[in-house]
Amino acid sequence: MADQKYPTPLLDELEKGPWPSFVKEIKAAAKAKPTAEDLLGQLELSYEEKISHWKHGGIVGVMGYGGGVIGRYSDVPEKFPNVSHFHTLRVNHPSGWFYTSDVLRKLCDIWEAHGSDLTNFHGSTGDIILLGTKTDELEPTFNDLTKLGFDLGGSGSVMRTPSACVGQARCEWACYDTMALCNDLTHLYQDELHRPAFPYKFKFKCSGCPNDCVASIARADLSIIGTWKDDIQQDDAAVSEYAAAGLDIQKDVCDRCPTKCMDWDGKKLSINNRECVRCMHCINVMPKALRPGKEKGATLLIGAKAPILQGALLSSVLIPFVPADELLETLKELVSRIWDFWGEYGNNRERVGELIQRIGMSAFLDAIGLDPVPEMISAPRDNPYIFFQGEDVAEGTAEDEEVQNEATVKETK
Amino acid sequence: MGTQTDRLTDIGPPHYEKFLHPVIKKNYGKWKYHENPAPGVLCHVSETGDRIYTVRAGSPRLLSIQTVRLFADLADKYSGGYLRFTSRNNVEFLLDNPDNIAPLKKALTDAGFPVGGTGNAISNIVHTQGWVHCHSSATDASGIVKSVMDALCDHFTEQKLPAKLRIALACCLNMCGAVHCSDIAILGIHRRAPKVRHDTLNKVCEIPTVIASCPTGAIRSATVDGKPSVEVIEEQCMYCGNCYTVCPAMPLNDPENDGLSIWVGGKVSNARSAPSFSKLAIPFIPNNPPRWPEVVDAVVNIVDIYARNARKFERMGEWIDRIGWPKFFELTGIEFTRYHIDDFKNAGLTYARSAHLRF
Ligand code: HEM
Ligand code: HEM
Ligand code: SF4
Ligand code: SF4
Ligand code: SF4
Ligand code: SF4
Repeated sequence: MADQKYPTPLLDELEKGPWPSFVKEIKAAAKAKPTAEDLLGQLELSYEEKISHWKHGGIVGVMGYGGGVIGRYSDVPEKFPNVSHFHTLRVNHPSGWFYTSDVLRKLCDIWEAHGSDLTNFHGSTGDIILLGTKTDELEPTFNDLTKLGFDLGGSGSVMRTPSACVGQARCEWACYDTMALCNDLTHLYQDELHRPAFPYKFKFKCSGCPNDCVASIARADLSIIGTWKDDIQQDDAAVSEYAAAGLDIQKDVCDRCPTKCMDWDGKKLSINNRECVRCMHCINVMPKALRPGKEKGATLLIGAKAPILQGALLSSVLIPFVPADELLETLKELVSRIWDFWGEYGNNRERVGELIQRIGMSAFLDAIGLDPVPEMISAPRDNPYIFFQGEDVAEGTAEDEEVQNEATVKETK
Repeated sequence: MGTQTDRLTDIGPPHYEKFLHPVIKKNYGKWKYHENPAPGVLCHVSETGDRIYTVRAGSPRLLSIQTVRLFADLADKYSGGYLRFTSRNNVEFLLDNPDNIAPLKKALTDAGFPVGGTGNAISNIVHTQGWVHCHSSATDASGIVKSVMDALCDHFTEQKLPAKLRIALACCLNMCGAVHCSDIAILGIHRRAPKVRHDTLNKVCEIPTVIASCPTGAIRSATVDGKPSVEVIEEQCMYCGNCYTVCPAMPLNDPENDGLSIWVGGKVSNARSAPSFSKLAIPFIPNNPPRWPEVVDAVVNIVDIYARNARKFERMGEWIDRIGWPKFFELTGIEFTRYHIDDFKNAGLTYARSAHLRF
């Protein structure tokens, strides 16, 4: 492009090749928007110098909210004045990321009026990301968004924008209505989403089955993963069709079952459903023949987080099964107890998973009033350093027990 | 607040039902099974006999409104105006008329958006902001993603791998994206603690705020050349950039020392084996923009070796579990170093604690 404001020989290399190019996207926006043009210039500089040219620089946002905007400033504003402020708005997506062409165009119109013309569909928490505008455009953008029926998502020490897999809208395996639950939780906790009051962030993610398409076990403080209690629904005629079509049921299904609870005699597939761990493999391979059972619900797991600070965690089982129609009520009840305890005992920047690591799962269960069950562990402890509770030892007193609960620092390595 | 009585707040996101295709609304919760007639195409069949077709295409995630409008136009033309995005930044069009599949695929491909990402393929790379928007990035995100996907595009548009293969990229170890549980994770890393600018620190930042910002307590106050400042206990720094966020006199980014690491064998799904974290394969590759050829080669090599050696349905981590890590390093030709041995908390959990060895 001859009339480009800054030459971008390095970035131009990223217009080549079969995969869609983000550089083409920025250039498309740059035709109308000096902001995008300067972004291109600054990005080229980063490519030359192998370093980011952004800096933080104070909190920005919209009136009455403590989050939803990521403030960003150029550290070379003299060179690229149009990105001297380049703040990003997180806009809460509709559950399941469904849109009509009409609403997408209206979102584009709003961003054309107020921002850089650049977006992310979507940010990794799930929000629509409107990438880059000036401080004084934030409030007008927000007003137009709310008129269209959209609101900001979360950032900072808040409940982050919950997300859900496509669930019952287009997946036969969804064991509960993920999109409805996600929408209900988001609306229920608007205050917690917009106004930071927690020690750190808190995420809900709703997956309809153990395939976990929104990675809730890896990313959510509270992971809600659909499952079933009764037997896998089995259509023997369809099993035979798969076999006739050339699927090696012994090798590709039975031998891959993690608990070896399936048996194929060449004609009939038998599943020992009491030994099935609901891993989804056989169902994934034979979707026409096998389906999750009819007694549906979800497993609630707690505590996933990224490595900061004490190392990453996957969520672990908190409640093995909640029936689908009791999920919302159970979660409300449970979450209020978790948030109360975490709010009081969590250190600054301590995710709930780390609080549990610090005080031990047993103390956490005591605090939120849940009984321990064997589904919570992969194996019982293998060390003898058991801290018996006051009431369980002869000379124990009530105070001892309280001290135990409050102490919350026992190491359980 | 009183001045703006019509200002709406806390309305939450719009209800998804408004955006659902009529066939989806009618068959919500009634889906019976699905088929994968071609790469990038799904057909879901309801108990009522209704069918909805999905056409999935890759996107760069960073989209101009021009492209979003293009998607809207394609949706109007081929899918009644209904579309959605996936958790891995693909765009999906929802069609009730199978005759529209072929023309829509052609329109997408012609516009530069490959159709695929279903089944035993490599789907889009989940990634973060990088030099496009983040101050603590050790590398760019979009540029590496583009370069790697250019090389792996055939694995997106075809389904010829033993199992699904999920790649993710985060531009620093804060990992704002789902990377740590990926078959292949590309992770930007800093290797040096922030360099304190003692001459300006006291002028531009509040020392107690800087000290408090550090999650590991690695920062303490110090007097340098008579000026109040701070020092960083290097062994305690995890390169998280929090101090730089609150104080520009604590720059962390360093063109010579920042770069990439590659991790393998993680997964999120519960299918067969339990979800697991990605493990270190390559501790460091220097930044080499604009196309990071060393990173691309490393990823392509791992994908190729995996594709040639894994059994049907074996994800990267399941394959490595079967053959063992020594064999993984041998087959891929990746050098095993002291950095592969964990020395963080609970490190011993990853040491070999049996005589089960493969030779
Ligand atoms: C201490 C740890 C972390 C810090 C300091 C941090 C910091 C940041 C910063 C500065 C940004 C803004 C990027 C931009 O310029 O737009 C960001 C974006 C983001 N972060 Fe984090 N982050 C941390 C951990 C996490 C974790 C653990 C997650 C998720 C599990 C996460 C999810 C996100 C998401 C979804 C975005 C939106 C941008 C995108 O989609 O790429 N962050 N984070
Ligand atoms: C190997 C390199 C890794 C990369 C590149 C990476 C990247 C990421 C990213 C990008 C996210 C954000 C997820 C989101 O968008 O919500 C994330 C979250 C997370 N990661 Fe990793 N990760 C890596 C390794 C690990 C490891 C080794 C662990 C655990 C041992 C781990 C555990 C987690 C957990 C639990 C989350 C969810 C955190 C949250 O929701 O805040 N990751 N990771
Ligand atoms: S998590 Fe399960 S229910 Fe949800 S979309 Fe994925 S496979 Fe379907
Ligand atoms: S769901 Fe998994 S554990 Fe259960 S029968 Fe199928 S393959 Fe076996
Ligand atoms: S991963 Fe690190 S550099 Fe990338 S967006 Fe998140 S905080 Fe910024
Ligand atoms: S980069 Fe993070 S860990 Fe290192 S000194 Fe700064 S705040 Fe502390």
